Amino acid sequence: MHALTSLFDVFLATIRDVVPIAAIIFGFQLFVLRRPVANLGKVLLGFFYVLLGLTFFLEGLDLALFPLGKLMAQQLTDPAFIAGGIEHVGEALSWEDYKWVYLFAFLIGFSTTIAEPSLIAVAIKAQEVSAGGITVWGLRIAVAFGVAIGIALGTYRIVTGTPLHYYIIVGYIFVVFQTMYAPRMIIPLAFDSGGVTTSTVTVPLVAALGLGLAATVPGRSTLLDGFGLIAFASLFPMITVMGYAQIAQFRARRARLARQQDTASKEDV
Amino acid sequence: MPRALRLFLDSLRDLTPIIVVIGFFQLAVLQQPIPNFGEILLGTVFVLIGLTLFIQGLEMGLFPIGESMANAFARKGSVFWLVTFAFCLGFGTTVAEPALIAVADEAALVAAAGGMILDNDIARAHYAFWLRLTVALSVGLAIMIGVIRIIKGWPVQWLIIGGYVGVIVMTAFAPKEIIGIAYDSGGVTTSTITVPLVTALGVGLASSLEGRNPMIDGFGLIAFASLTPMIFVMGYGMVIG
Repeated sequence: MHALTSLFDVFLATIRDVVPIAAIIFGFQLFVLRRPVANLGKVLLGFFYVLLGLTFFLEGLDLALFPLGKLMAQQLTDPAFIAGGIEHVGEALSWEDYKWVYLFAFLIGFSTTIAEPSLIAVAIKAQEVSAGGITVWGLRIAVAFGVAIGIALGTYRIVTGTPLHYYIIVGYIFVVFQTMYAPRMIIPLAFDSGGVTTSTVTVPLVAALGLGLAATVPGRSTLLDGFGLIAFASLFPMITVMGYAQIAQFRARRARLARQQDTASKEDV
Repeated sequence: MPRALRLFLDSLRDLTPIIVVIGFFQLAVLQQPIPNFGEILLGTVFVLIGLTLFIQGLEMGLFPIGESMANAFARKGSVFWLVTFAFCLGFGTTVAEPALIAVADEAALVAAAGGMILDNDIARAHYAFWLRLTVALSVGLAIMIGVIRIIKGWPVQWLIIGGYVGVIVMTAFAPKEIIGIAYDSGGVTTSTITVPLVTALGVGLASSLEGRNPMIDGFGLIAFASLTPMIFVMGYGMVIG
């Protein structure tokens, strides 16, 4: 019964989020474009599915994933757990002692990105537009690797206490250079994938991990060091998505070269 | 209903990695039982139903409306209304975004702790409200600039790289407390409903305009919407600080 009432509350909250968007869309449709919406019934049913889907999705995350994930983030960052596997008791913890935290950050970044609904949406569009040149799964896995690397590195940053902007600025410089060499087709999509990764599923878990670490690592402040993981999760997917396209291009070129050599050697014979 | 079943199985496959990761850490690393097993099972089923319905609704509602509107605007030929629509969409979807409200409140706490504003409820609420408005304004501008870019066919990378240079330069001058929040604010502005709509708008627009390639010109709107908040939040911190 409790799950039902809170499901209803989430439904109302989701409606509240969607109302401004629907008002803008239908307002412009009626007053500026002044034309009826094609397949209005189907579109409205689609909006209703989106509302209902988000409601179940958010409520389900609140019931299952978030409490357990946040609890795990707390337990993994607990100094008692981290000190548990270490012989040199009494010494200060060094960054290597947080290995389970990095692994958790990597895996949770990867797995939550795979389930991220807005990334699925962009990947469906990208496959459609590129006529299959970019596949839904290729893009999702490339982005998920980016988020995984980003969050693992972000937790390392919190543990070591190095300034956030050094990492971000070096990352940006890397992105700028990579942009010069990556296939032109992938660049806008790669830039977009930085922004889509961090929404419903990833942010709450990652925020819990960052705040848990900043609260337990000595010398860190939750206010100054708890933030920044999201920025890592938005930066690295750009690098991995461009990398994905570069690898695909490299392999295509090598296959073409091999074919040419093949035909050339056949012609010799 | 084979299609519904297939979508449901797709959602199950999408969720499997999370289930495996959480299960592995809970049972093998932390070596603890799964608490509230019934609730977690129910929650997982909810997530599955939700994801399935969302994807279905995406292809029935959000994608078609985004594309048909982009199409209609292109046929109407009025750049003014298209740009106004882009701004409203960016501003309207961001100003009420729950993730942004949370970040703005957090930022007000940081600002109060850093002595930039008075540490009382009114000052903090005031700070958070104007910060939210600033971010929403920046996202509205971002979608607007992004749409103008699609119309003109400018390469996305020059604008984005220019924006990054702006971010780097501003990092040097912005108050230290605001930097982490500014960097994070780029990620929170693009919600699950906004992303499909804006993507469909961009791709639809690039497909309807002659000489534009949907792959090269259609994507990139989200990138703008993640970039401008960083600049505006740091600017806000500098003005208030």
